[in-house]
Amino acid sequence: MSEGIGARVLRKEDKRFVTGKGKYTDDIKMENQAYAAFVRSPHAHAKVISINSDAAKAMPGVEAVLTGPELVADGIGNIICGWAVSSKDGSPMNMGAWSALATDTVRYVGDAVAVVIADSIAEAEAAAEAVEVTYEELPVVVGSVEALADGAPQLHECAPNNLIFDWEIGEEAATDAALAAAAHTTTLDIVNNRLSPNAMEPRAAIATYDEAEDHYTLYTTSQNPHVARLVLSAFYNVAPENKLRVIAPDVGGGFGSKIYIYPEEIVCLWASMKTDRSVKWTSSRAEAFLTDAHGRDHVTTATMGFDEGGKIVGLKVDTKANLGAYMSLFSSATPTYLYATLLSGQYNIENVYCNVKAVYTNTVPVDAYRGAGRPEASYVMERLMETAAREMGMSPAELRLKNFITEFPHQTPVIMAYDSGDFAANQKQAMEAADYAGFEARRTEAAKRGKLRGIGFSNYIEACGIAPSAAVGSLGAGVGLWESAEVRVNAVGTIEILTGSHSHGQGHETTFAQVVADRFGVPMDGISVVHGDTDKVQMGMGTYGSRSGAVGMSAIVKALDKVEAKVKKIAAHTLEASEDDIVIEGGAVKVAGTDKQMLWHEVGLAAYLAHNLPEGMEPGLKEGAFYDPSNFTFPAGCYICEVEVDPETGVTEIVQFVASDDFGTIVNPMIVEGQVHGGIGQGIGQALLEGVVYDDAGQLLSGSYMDYTMPRASDLPSFSVHHQSTVCPGNPMGMKGCGEAGAIGSPPAVINAITDAIGNNDLSMPATPSKVWAALQAANAASAAE
Amino acid sequence: MLETTYHRATSVADAAQTAAKAEDAAYLAGGQTLLPTMKQRLASPSDLIDLSRIADMKGISVEGSTLTIGAGTTHAEVATSSDVNNAIPALAALAGNIGDPAVRASGTLGGSIANNDPAADYPAACLGLGATIVTNTRELPAEDFFEGLFETALEDGEIVTAVRFPVPSRAAYAKFPNPASRYAMAGVMVAQTGDGVRVAVTGAGNDGVFRHEAMEAALSANWSADALAGVTTDADDMLSDMHGSAEYRAHLVGVMAKRAVESA
Repeated sequence: MSEGIGARVLRKEDKRFVTGKGKYTDDIKMENQAYAAFVRSPHAHAKVISINSDAAKAMPGVEAVLTGPELVADGIGNIICGWAVSSKDGSPMNMGAWSALATDTVRYVGDAVAVVIADSIAEAEAAAEAVEVTYEELPVVVGSVEALADGAPQLHECAPNNLIFDWEIGEEAATDAALAAAAHTTTLDIVNNRLSPNAMEPRAAIATYDEAEDHYTLYTTSQNPHVARLVLSAFYNVAPENKLRVIAPDVGGGFGSKIYIYPEEIVCLWASMKTDRSVKWTSSRAEAFLTDAHGRDHVTTATMGFDEGGKIVGLKVDTKANLGAYMSLFSSATPTYLYATLLSGQYNIENVYCNVKAVYTNTVPVDAYRGAGRPEASYVMERLMETAAREMGMSPAELRLKNFITEFPHQTPVIMAYDSGDFAANQKQAMEAADYAGFEARRTEAAKRGKLRGIGFSNYIEACGIAPSAAVGSLGAGVGLWESAEVRVNAVGTIEILTGSHSHGQGHETTFAQVVADRFGVPMDGISVVHGDTDKVQMGMGTYGSRSGAVGMSAIVKALDKVEAKVKKIAAHTLEASEDDIVIEGGAVKVAGTDKQMLWHEVGLAAYLAHNLPEGMEPGLKEGAFYDPSNFTFPAGCYICEVEVDPETGVTEIVQFVASDDFGTIVNPMIVEGQVHGGIGQGIGQALLEGVVYDDAGQLLSGSYMDYTMPRASDLPSFSVHHQSTVCPGNPMGMKGCGEAGAIGSPPAVINAITDAIGNNDLSMPATPSKVWAALQAANAASAAE
Repeated sequence: MLETTYHRATSVADAAQTAAKAEDAAYLAGGQTLLPTMKQRLASPSDLIDLSRIADMKGISVEGSTLTIGAGTTHAEVATSSDVNNAIPALAALAGNIGDPAVRASGTLGGSIANNDPAADYPAACLGLGATIVTNTRELPAEDFFEGLFETALEDGEIVTAVRFPVPSRAAYAKFPNPASRYAMAGVMVAQTGDGVRVAVTGAGNDGVFRHEAMEAALSANWSADALAGVTTDADDMLSDMHGSAEYRAHLVGVMAKRAVESA
């Protein structure tokens, strides 16, 4: 089947995207539209003594200047974290108050203190500059380790020593004992660098309050408009859900940063009610750097122990997670249940223990960013494995082979129960594709050209397809993580799929339609996907955590099952056959073994004419389903990176990058390869180029593309992407998910390759030329001293 | 961006007169630095005087052993000019590696040197090749023109109209780009000129573009990469930031100089 599952169908949505006809939030213009400009704190930590907006209010075009106390007086609630994580002593996490507009204290540069609503952007910005805010500066702390130290500046009264929670997983005593008895231990101090998400489309919102209907409409850049509506309604008291419509139209990338509900959307809604204008805000790139939730920022010490044969006996990990100035929506889950639960990696380890301290600092809030916790885990695991292999004089492939989990299901000591996988097969495929056997010859050849060549592995595993609602509920999640779908077969046989998943680059309009085309043999052109509008789709949990295939498509499959059952009943009745003999293929509904059939559209028509339906059957052909997964899914794979380092400059060139992934069933290989390419691109960005830097005063030094290095095409090699799949037993299509794997698996492969090339394991991300050169100098000095 | 009044100057004299009348004028050449600065509300000139349509400030010519480039000539025009490629190929190559194609299509020689960004490429070319900077009121040797970070000898209202480059017997420019901005972290122009060996360094020094006298001496004695082996650069004089330490920049100056000599 040319359009079904497994076909490289070109993306239906690309015509509008590549011709500039996409419709993004900022493209939407409302009558009576005004613009919001935010007054933001220039200080990382300060008391707000007074706000004088008299001059600003008198400026041309200004409709209103609104502040935090007014917002609070109107009953707008504080911004919350939706996942409750408790400390190891059982105490609840210390969530400090976060008002959409600061009331008395600002805690990071960019924290919003007031908003100007004006007729034009220029007038709004000019007036925002004229708002006089008097601050009393307070001491600042930006690093998690420093924030935990005695005497550090304190951000929230409810969080002594800036500690949000002190959480643990696994058995500490047993792990300590195993490590004490180990024949060899490897310890690494690891920093997982802080990243700015940089979606191509900056965040934006346009809110309209209709006074006559007492109803709000919000267009916004969201990965999960229904969750946005739920939270805006239930926690921020903007309006009850039936009086609030949230639409996320075309959205240009999210990477996690558009999961959350930020101050700006709340303020636009509220300001629309206050001013009786539609209120629009579009983030500048500078504001995006300052206010979009950052990713990663872990400081970790990890020790792995081995017996004499190289079998892992234990792993102990201590992590400080910097959550920034306030707790963002899922900030608590990222460094705990999405991180430490993957610290068994692909390996059979009896003892794993991890302690995570989450910390407030005077920086922008940190939350999930492509991979969310799992890149941090795979970085810890795979740096340790490669380093340990070097220390023990073993081949990195051999060490992994000795420790792979080979029987499924496998219960790890850190909650997860892996359901499937063939890790050795992925490693073998990657090693063959990379010509691992020929590496030493390539290293020798490179040396003749004055280049240091190195090779590095990364055998990642992740948990995605999040997630079983009861399971995450028991771990503190404030939501269920099912997905919903509705399949509407029209009277002419065309089909609309309504899904709670949201596409912001993933290609759902194509892949979801492929699933239906495959099932019923109807042409792709006759299948449409509807998403992103709370008035159209009844409910949904949105797109993140590589869940739209494994969870979103599974909901569609459940709805298709119901449609198919009804279609068969109608056809059996019409064709006077037994339901069991009806088959659907090639766009026709047939009685097997006969020439009796109805065309697909004839069944649709019959359902809506309802002239001759089976006794008691309702007219119409529309079915809905909610799907709640039974387990996480576990994509895994082996990445091999090969680099050449210029010893004179420290410049790293990635000369080969091989990926062998196990994603389970693949609907559209072209789209999956695109996801892998993009993910690896972001992973290489983290490994070599990207890093958020604050100075000691909390000023963001990496506040533009002049200093924040985004990967360019010329920084990336041509990827060698392969698949070696096992079917996921947990969902109807056998899918595991592919959206984050590249970003999860690639950073350790890159760093392992560079450290191999330069002969120094002490190298942090981003491995800029300056850092690589310094590490090489240190390695040379050390070897000269020997 | 704050409100400003735009003027399209028809001649150098017109531009200077308009500037003299304005409260707080800024000249607009290619706009690759000024316009982003204005958009960030960090610059707010009352009047913006556009020099980009002044015919007298454009064009490239070779006369004897002097290459003259109008200040309004874009980087792309310099990079692709057969006159520049024949006379000073190192200069064409330098222009062809500034920024990206969009920057090179708009940015100009005059705009670059008048701004004197400590990481810009052209200041190294002017200083390394011993150029003369021509303005609407005078002529200055490059040594006297560049005065540290973003500072030049230009008086209020003075306009760079052209740059005259003496054609060297050989020259080359090697640049280590900042990974994010693609400005120079260390850019070195080496040249054998009628005036002797010149070595100019941009991007690395903490006081902007400078001549590397120790390298000039070493190369005067022996024009070869090997001659630079023992020559060091003082890290105390280097910039240090998130992209590279002063020690790294000092080291890069040596590597770039060596590579420039090798390719000259």
